[in-house]
Amino acid sequence: MSLPRADRRLAALLRICALPAVAIVLLILLFLARESQPVLQHVALNRFISDASWHPLQGLYRLTPMLAATLYATLGALLLAAPLGIASALFSRYYAPPLLAAGYRRMIELLAGIPSVVYGFWGLTTLAPLIGRLHPPGVSLLSGMLVLALMILPTVALTVDAALAAVPVAYLRSAAALGLSRWSLIGGVALPAARPSIAAGILLAAGRAIGETMAVLMVTGNVVQLPQSLFDPVRTLTANIALEMAYATGDHRAALFVSGLALMVMVLVLVATAELFNQERRHV
Amino acid sequence: MKKLGIVIVIVLITGAVWGLLQSQPSEPKIDKLVLTGSSTIAPLAAEIGKRFEALHSDVRVDVQTGGSSRGISDARAKLADIGMVSRALKDDEKDLPAFTLALDGIAVILNKANPVAALDKQQIIAIYTGKIVNWKDVGGNDAPITAVNKAEGRSTLELFLHYFGLKNTDVKPQVVIGDNQQGIKTVLGNPDAIAYVSIGTAEYEAGQGAAIKLLPLDGIAASVENVRNRSFPLARPLNLVTPAAPTGLVKDFIEFAESPQVHDLIEAQYFVPAPR
Repeated sequence: MSLPRADRRLAALLRICALPAVAIVLLILLFLARESQPVLQHVALNRFISDASWHPLQGLYRLTPMLAATLYATLGALLLAAPLGIASALFSRYYAPPLLAAGYRRMIELLAGIPSVVYGFWGLTTLAPLIGRLHPPGVSLLSGMLVLALMILPTVALTVDAALAAVPVAYLRSAAALGLSRWSLIGGVALPAARPSIAAGILLAAGRAIGETMAVLMVTGNVVQLPQSLFDPVRTLTANIALEMAYATGDHRAALFVSGLALMVMVLVLVATAELFNQERRHV
Repeated sequence: MKKLGIVIVIVLITGAVWGLLQSQPSEPKIDKLVLTGSSTIAPLAAEIGKRFEALHSDVRVDVQTGGSSRGISDARAKLADIGMVSRALKDDEKDLPAFTLALDGIAVILNKANPVAALDKQQIIAIYTGKIVNWKDVGGNDAPITAVNKAEGRSTLELFLHYFGLKNTDVKPQVVIGDNQQGIKTVLGNPDAIAYVSIGTAEYEAGQGAAIKLLPLDGIAASVENVRNRSFPLARPLNLVTPAAPTGLVKDFIEFAESPQVHDLIEAQYFVPAPR
């Protein structure tokens, strides 16, 4: 079936517009790979796992503690923010009076708009000393998780809220007509119907947590080590790049691009997972 | 609708082409002076640059940071007219002509709530290598020490390690930071922390009422004054390097930066004008 001429022209134009979006992702990957080349040429890939430590100026390139730190911080933040965010969305969608719900949603949107460096500053001057009183030095995996949780909470709350809003009214009316209580309606109808969108929203928040740099850099202490407890300072991959890039040259710089590649691979895995969720049959 | 679409496309393309044409420079030629390198020197260089521009209306001074190592490599690659290097030049860098602009010292800082009044070289080494982990071993409270180190590549770290004869792999820090302010904030928030930062920054913050104290080293007080008379041991020169012996505009700028006309700017940044 051939399209009318105008549509064909438009399609061609749109294709040209769409091309850069895809090209940019590929170019970034290519760029990261090319900038990593100098160090990958004489440092075997497994040394990024098996070296004793991360001291690039002395030729030691162990990345695993930072990979682990990024994963832990993100998982911790998700474990805190996901239940809170879902609860907050349920509150504003099903329990709060309309006026309060509208105001509440504005507040959450405001929370989403606070620049990350402000969270970091608060974490460094207020949260870390508090944790430090409990268990020095204060700047730690725990403070990183808390600050990240606070940052992604609005993302989770808003996406879940939008997902719940998109549940067809017919579902809810039918459930109400069956005489279900409000809680059974939420647990038995609304949440299952919105599940794929909620999962996608949580993965979006996870992406934000993985990529967050400034706030994390200010509150996690940035010591490269595998944390033995929540109170140990850690360094994430993003913080590693931000801390050292300005002052890095030669192999050190290339090794930082390898951290960037590792981060990119992590995000790709995340996006692939999100895609799996999206392929399930969607109600919403 | 069809015609409207075509009209929109034509307007957009014309607009884009017009924009491109507009962006072609048409102003009279302006000489540009590019400085790159140490973030310690950059704010000072920017101030000196402003004053230099005021005297030479046809010159623009562009200051970019990226660390002393970048200052060296950009000067060598001629990517910059002048490189900024906040340390003494290494032997393989001595071929670049260098001009000492000012001096800067590194101070070891503690929270004011910490009763420890002084540490000797061996104690600082022991703290930073994890051999002393509690303040009570150096005459302080019974509290674990939080040693604050700098991230790899920073010239303060390099100078610190060089002075104490350490390798970074020997250092066992509890916190790693980027810039001086982060170090001061960390010590302010943690009474058991020890950190090292630029003396100018530390003395300024302490003067502004921040609850930090600067530890003396070898019995010499960590102060701007003692950096000036070169008696304070943990200090560094702030250098400008050029790709070749400076001529023309670059020569003018360096002579200006070395002249007493900019001493007030150097002091405003809590550095010490290099005596000459």
